[in-house]
Amino acid sequence: MNKTTERLSLTNGSEENPVVDVVNRRFFLRSAGLAAATGAFFMQSCVKDHDLGPGGAGAVNLGTGDIGILNYAYALEQLEAAFYIKVLETPYAGMTDMERSFLTDIRDHEVVHREFFKAALGSAAIMGLSPNFTAIDFNSRASVLGTAKVFEDTGVSAYNGAGILLENPTYLLLAGKIVSVEARHAAIIRDLLMPNTMSFAGDDIIDMNGLDLLKRPADVLPAVAPFIYNSIDASGLPKP
Amino acid sequence: MNIFKIIDEIQQVDGDAVERLQHASRRSFMTKFSRSMAAAAVPAAMGTIFNKAYAFTPGAIDVLKFALTLEYLEEEFYVKGTSAAGLIPAEYGVVFNQIKKHESQHVNFLKTALGAAAPAKPTFDFTAKGAFADVFTKFDTFVFLSHAFEDTGVRAYKGQAGNLMAKEDEPLLDYALQIHSVEARHAAKARYILSTIRGNTRIKPWISLNEGSPVEVYAGDDNTVQGGTDITGIGGKSLDAVTEAFDEPLTKDAVLAIAGMFIV
Repeated sequence: MNKTTERLSLTNGSEENPVVDVVNRRFFLRSAGLAAATGAFFMQSCVKDHDLGPGGAGAVNLGTGDIGILNYAYALEQLEAAFYIKVLETPYAGMTDMERSFLTDIRDHEVVHREFFKAALGSAAIMGLSPNFTAIDFNSRASVLGTAKVFEDTGVSAYNGAGILLENPTYLLLAGKIVSVEARHAAIIRDLLMPNTMSFAGDDIIDMNGLDLLKRPADVLPAVAPFIYNSIDASGLPKP
Repeated sequence: MNIFKIIDEIQQVDGDAVERLQHASRRSFMTKFSRSMAAAAVPAAMGTIFNKAYAFTPGAIDVLKFALTLEYLEEEFYVKGTSAAGLIPAEYGVVFNQIKKHESQHVNFLKTALGAAAPAKPTFDFTAKGAFADVFTKFDTFVFLSHAFEDTGVRAYKGQAGNLMAKEDEPLLDYALQIHSVEARHAAKARYILSTIRGNTRIKPWISLNEGSPVEVYAGDDNTVQGGTDITGIGGKSLDAVTEAFDEPLTKDAVLAIAGMFIV
């Protein structure tokens, strides 16, 4: 429960955050967020309001409306940050200075994104998720960069697909500010794997109208589920 | 396969198809159409809808026109660059041809969407009245302008997202975001090449603070206030990292001032 305590104290310290103020006005959402944070109340809360949803008992409930989408982004950023932290803690054999520099920058950006969402969501933030990286060989350049490519392309597709689900223009702009940084990451990771080819914006991801990937949460979450031990309840998210 | 051609061929075979589409109410049409058809198949019919006044909001049409102007600029820049003998070293040929392809696709896409309302292509002067006289003879200058155009494009689309939030504009917000992230991929690669050929590792694929030139392109990118809160130092990360992690928008006026330097 250490993580819960840490989050609650962070919430108390960020009451003056305007983004959090928006959250605070949504008392129901705050209650839902707190319930999710304190597992014992989670089931009671959910049973009262609606069905448990696909996540089932103990699942992490992202919430509803814009807050749900921000939690969705927060979940993805948690996953990315944890991945790059591990990449730099256990660098693969032969990591060049350039690669280390890029990967360090990317790690820091993802940590900034993660911490931003955590602070902005305040008491409505989901818990810290437990990543499952057992399928990744952190000693292997191909495994690490190949996973990074999937995570970054997924992040781009997820933010692109979340745009129409957001109602608050401030949040839409924030998603826009972040997604282009994820796209920069994706391009560079792809270029590290296949230097000076078309891969940085390859025909495998960009369609014949020059449009990048776009995926809604219902398609993104199953794709990342193998990398997260927690089950995610996205049943409250806005539907396209 | 060319999707526009396919749609055209369908219309030749079934000449009433478009007319029948028009009988659907705008709302139900857009709802069903945008969600059930493959994205790639939308633009040709979207243009038809526009021409027949089954339109998106006027604000959204303005966004499309603005975007098309920028895409015209980028397309012509890369068409000229990739056809200039001896300009692009062989090792970077594939990269710039790929970027050119996407900009042409964006032009076609937006022109189709706007139909008769599409503005004509401006006349461009990529030397900016002589300021970049060697743009198509010196690779450094070409890459320099490439990275500036791409970063401007990213900031331009980002600044318009909020004007595409009406329900009937939903498909356009999807498309704009999909173009936006492609421009960001281009920008990252162009910046990486610029960094490589100049031997300057301070030029990163992402934008640190408001560093970069022309200064107008990077003005305000050192913003640290996100969602109303100054996040300087968040997560114990450097100011470089905090500002790199968020790309900032540019207003339409700021973008047009930049593009205007290259329009005769």
